[in-house]
Amino acid sequence: MNDTTASTPPAKKPAGRRKFELDERLKAYKGVWVFIEHERGAAHPVSWELLGEGRKLADKLGVELGAVVPGAPGEDTQKFCAEAFQYGADLCYLIEDPALAEYRNQSYTRALTDLVNKYQPEILLLGATTLGRDLAGSVATTLQTGLTADCTELNIDMENRSLAATRPTFGGSLLCTIVTLNYRPQMATVRPRVMAMPARDETRTGRIVEHPLALVETDIVTKVLEFIPDERRDQANLPFADIIVAGGRGMKRPENFQLIWDLAKVLGAEVGATRPVVQAGWVGADRQVGQSGKTVRPKLYIAVGISGAVQHRVGMEGSDVVIAINQDPNAPIFDFATYGIVGNAMQIVPALTEAFRQHLATAKLAS
Amino acid sequence: MTEKFDAIVVGAGQAGNAAAYTMAKAGLKVLQIERGEYPGSKNVQGAILYADALEKIIPDFRDDAPLERHLIEQRVWILDDESYVGTTYRSNDFNKPPYNRYTIIRAQFDKWYSKKVQEAGALVICETTVTDLHMDGERVVGVKTDRTGGSVYADVVILADGVNSLLARKAGFHEELKPKDVALAVKEIHFLPESTIESRFNVSGNAGVVIEMAGKITQGMIGTGFLYTNKESLTIGVGCLLSDFKKQGIAPYALLEQMKAHPAIKPLIEGGEMKEYTAHLIPEGGYHAMPPLCGEGWMIAGDAGMFVNGVHREGSNLAMTTGQLAAETVIELKNENKPCTAKHLARYRAKLDASFVMKDLKKYKRLPEIFEKNHQFFTTYPELMNRAAHAMIAVDGVDKKSKERAIRRSFLNARSWKGLMGDAFKLWRAFE
Amino acid sequence: MHIVVCIKQVPDSAQIRVHPVTNTIMRQGVPAIVNPYDLVALEEALRLKDRYQAHVTVLTMGPPQAETALRKALSFGADEAILLTDRAFAGADTLATSYALASAIRQIQKDMPVDLVFAGKQTIDGDTAQVGPGIAVRLGLQMLTYVCKIEALDLEQREITVQRRAEGGVQVLKTRLPALITVLEGINEMRFATMPDMFRAARHPLKVWDKDAAGIEDATRIGLKGSPTVVSKVFAPTPRTQKAEIVQTQSDQPRDQAATLLAKLFTKFPQLRAEIGRRAS
Ligand SMILES: Cc1cc2nc3c(=O)[nH]c(=O)nc-3n(C[C@H](O)[C@H](O)[C@H](O)COP(=O)(O)OP(=O)(O)OC[C@H]3O[C@@H](n4cnc5c(N)ncnc54)[C@H](O)[C@@H]3O)c2cc1C
Ligand SMILES: Cc1cc2nc3c(=O)[nH]c(=O)nc-3n(C[C@H](O)[C@H](O)[C@H](O)COP(=O)(O)OP(=O)(O)OC[C@H]3O[C@@H](n4cnc5c(N)ncnc54)[C@H](O)[C@@H]3O)c2cc1C
Ligand SMILES: Nc1ncnc2c1ncn2[C@@H]1O[C@H](COP(=O)(O)O)[C@@H](O)[C@H]1O
Repeated sequence: MNDTTASTPPAKKPAGRRKFELDERLKAYKGVWVFIEHERGAAHPVSWELLGEGRKLADKLGVELGAVVPGAPGEDTQKFCAEAFQYGADLCYLIEDPALAEYRNQSYTRALTDLVNKYQPEILLLGATTLGRDLAGSVATTLQTGLTADCTELNIDMENRSLAATRPTFGGSLLCTIVTLNYRPQMATVRPRVMAMPARDETRTGRIVEHPLALVETDIVTKVLEFIPDERRDQANLPFADIIVAGGRGMKRPENFQLIWDLAKVLGAEVGATRPVVQAGWVGADRQVGQSGKTVRPKLYIAVGISGAVQHRVGMEGSDVVIAINQDPNAPIFDFATYGIVGNAMQIVPALTEAFRQHLATAKLAS
Repeated sequence: MTEKFDAIVVGAGQAGNAAAYTMAKAGLKVLQIERGEYPGSKNVQGAILYADALEKIIPDFRDDAPLERHLIEQRVWILDDESYVGTTYRSNDFNKPPYNRYTIIRAQFDKWYSKKVQEAGALVICETTVTDLHMDGERVVGVKTDRTGGSVYADVVILADGVNSLLARKAGFHEELKPKDVALAVKEIHFLPESTIESRFNVSGNAGVVIEMAGKITQGMIGTGFLYTNKESLTIGVGCLLSDFKKQGIAPYALLEQMKAHPAIKPLIEGGEMKEYTAHLIPEGGYHAMPPLCGEGWMIAGDAGMFVNGVHREGSNLAMTTGQLAAETVIELKNENKPCTAKHLARYRAKLDASFVMKDLKKYKRLPEIFEKNHQFFTTYPELMNRAAHAMIAVDGVDKKSKERAIRRSFLNARSWKGLMGDAFKLWRAFE
Repeated sequence: MHIVVCIKQVPDSAQIRVHPVTNTIMRQGVPAIVNPYDLVALEEALRLKDRYQAHVTVLTMGPPQAETALRKALSFGADEAILLTDRAFAGADTLATSYALASAIRQIQKDMPVDLVFAGKQTIDGDTAQVGPGIAVRLGLQMLTYVCKIEALDLEQREITVQRRAEGGVQVLKTRLPALITVLEGINEMRFATMPDMFRAARHPLKVWDKDAAGIEDATRIGLKGSPTVVSKVFAPTPRTQKAEIVQTQSDQPRDQAATLLAKLFTKFPQLRAEIGRRAS
């Protein structure tokens, strides 16, 4: 081992176009699968995004696109199957069992690995959510196959029908493309909102293949005592926030940070901050965005008095829309924000808060 | 905790490592404390390693030390804005083992050195800052650190904590550093493919080149620039007296940027990717600025004691040798069962005086002062010399005799006869 | 109680540069640090040690220099440290890494049964978050990932209750030991080692295991050979060239700027209008 990172794929010497012949046995693996993640009656949007991407891969390979829907009977599983068809699946593997009511690694791993062993897909995609990553790790190990995490791009290398999965590495400073050699299925997880949401075709349907779970509740060691939804917890939850208002050193004084809180309140947003702000103790450490803080990918990120240093940027550039407010027209944040206002935050933020408040008031009247 | 050591060494630079290694090798119970995350993490150096000093401490260092290139060619350039005049000395003698000088990358070299220290049996503690000396009256009996339970005791403390030596100053051994006694050096490492370096500098194998530069690149400030070839990178930097930086109001990195843009330097570094930028102080006060070097239970080695020969860019070798001599002093006293009192530790001073360290520092003792008072060495002369060279080399129909006359006149116009004679005399005296 | 903590030495990714021409990673001079997430796991294990007198063993697989990481862990209070190092481990991906670590933990078990294994949420170089789950599967441990709080530990009943970060909330899970826990960041703050701790760490003899000592049964499952995935290409991302659209108004009044911004925002991103409306009501 000649470097400190030898045990992770990105650190290895690129293998180039290493030739490899697939075992006869593995050639039987056909089809692209997407795991449909759902909790508390709602499917995670990443599942549909993955179906959109899976559709392209399946078409390239000339195979079917399957959706895997596990859940308790009577839950919304039928609804998820129907939705999966509309987002592009050709067929759904439905596993219904009371033991699948709440996500637990043991039962879900069992469900998925049994299914893979029986129907042998060549590609299996999951969302890189806490659930998806938890499940993918144990499924890949159980199946003894390769898994590429947190991909940002998926492709088929037509030369040998293999999945070329691209992902960031080394804090986002590099990308690497990873292929899985003589192992099947090829597994990958993809972060939410990396892939585009596919168009929904309400007329599409497909076939449902039911499969039993070879496990009963008493076999499962781990029990779910409770689920505490985030609304009930008074805690910053930046990675999952859809809107974030973040402040930087440009806010100058801790008192001024109240302007950030005010805007966040009107928007129902979380408050984020840069490292100097956290170090100065203006807000708690759980609000730091960036390389040594949280990675966030909200739909809207409002950066106020933030220069846009790369360590901050890597934590938030996955945001759909970035609004930057900065006095300095040359601040790096304007190089990648969607909209910018050049000016003094102390005046602009209150104006923005007021504008949003009015917008909401009129919207409410109109409805 | 009341653990007691034979000796505590503060700092894991060249001086500290030499001292800790030598004592540990002799079987003493040694504790070395370094504030950096690992030895070398905070150290900056050009860097040229002079084999001789290290060889005397670790004779077989060449077997496994991380060395970049051995130097076979030395260039000295006097630059003005557009040109330089220079000398080159290259000898195949330098290309035969055992080599005399090497380029090194300090971060790697220091890690290796520290490993040796640990293998020799010293206890090395990193990420720990010595905040104060433990005194028993006038006597140093140990050190305090920034960690809980951080006091440790020893018969002697060797301060090898580098140019800033806050400790020595805190304890009153050392006055505040004067800006005229320290140079601020900035340095970058630029990465280039090995083959590019070898073709650009006309070397092969592991051979390398060093370029020393003086003249207008320092914009009238007292200082020099340098460029060293490493295996797959170039080290380029410039250092000037802190007092001059203050006076001129130039930012060190701006100076380096200008230097890199010089038409003679730019092509040498072209296409490289800057990997590392560091700034560091170099003690340049010389002999006259040296603090007391030992006392009751303590000695000072390396940069902390101003052991740098600014003219010859020697520092690490003086650091190693002073560290070694300090260590040998302790070993002798231990063997003779004598306490580390000021009286006995005075042997360290005697050893220094007998070595090249003090002899060299004495030889150049007037130089800092002369340069400080005579900035023309860094402004007027480089320009005059370059113009002279240009005039003599350019073929333009003017006869050589007239050219010589014009050159003489240009020197006289810039500096009177008296000035020129005086400058020559001053330099002669300084180097004498 | 016996806890094993898996830690990894990683290059400080903040300081990694990419060569603009060759697109190679310039790792030279980049300091190696303990994966920050692993320190969170270690601290959590040490807190259990403080409460239940646990024995904490730290385990790493890496080059000989990874010793530094282990000594750091020892200085914080770990009792034992094991370095898995062997050329045969080189080039391992997550599957091969978890195989090697699981074998080593089995070996550790022979001396003292292991009740809990801790791993970081993920590494900052690999970022995969798979090694932990991999170990759990191979050793048949109950798997608790993204744990944000250890609520209770009942050593008599051999039960542990934790809060686990899930999408949209927190699961409170109760399971039986032995279990593997991966820890979410921000749930604790690493302690500062005392001077006596530093001495102990520097002097502590490490166990250095090669593949045989680690009890590797199948050498085709470690290192490059045992890795299903290979990196076929490494490249620098193409920088985003799209610059921000600067909101400009005639008056330069903050009020007008804000209004203009909202108009632009909601026209181009109508979904945001809905999102904000939904969340604010
Ligand atoms: C290893 C490492 C890890 C790091 N990790 C992180 C991390 O996780 N997260 C992080 O954020 N940083 C991190 N940093 C720090 C990072 O490099 C930057 O220093 C930091 O992001 C800068 O924060 P800032 O933008 O708030 O401050 P500054 O860079 O000081 O920027 C302040 C900005 O405010 C503007 N401004 C000033 N006054 C006003 C005003 N009245 N109105 C409007 N604008 C104004 C200024 O023009 C300026 O652009 C890390 C650094 C290192 C070395
Ligand atoms: C840009 C530059 C180029 C140079 N080029 C050359 C060259 O080519 N050849 C040459 O021979 N010399 C060169 N030198 C000089 C040479 O680097 C120094 O003379 C030499 O490193 C001095 O060694 P030292 O051990 O005294 O100090 P240092 O190497 O500075 O070591 C001091 C150590 O003490 C530690 N320390 C400080 N305070 C504390 C504390 N309170 N507690 C714990 N630890 C502490 C520091 O972290 C550091 O590791 C150069 C210097 C510079 C700046
Ligand atoms: N080489 C290794 N040695 C010890 N533990 C490791 C190693 N690689 C990964 N781990 C552990 O597994 C966790 C997840 O790593 P990764 O799957 O690479 O993101 C890390 O936080 C460590 O706790």
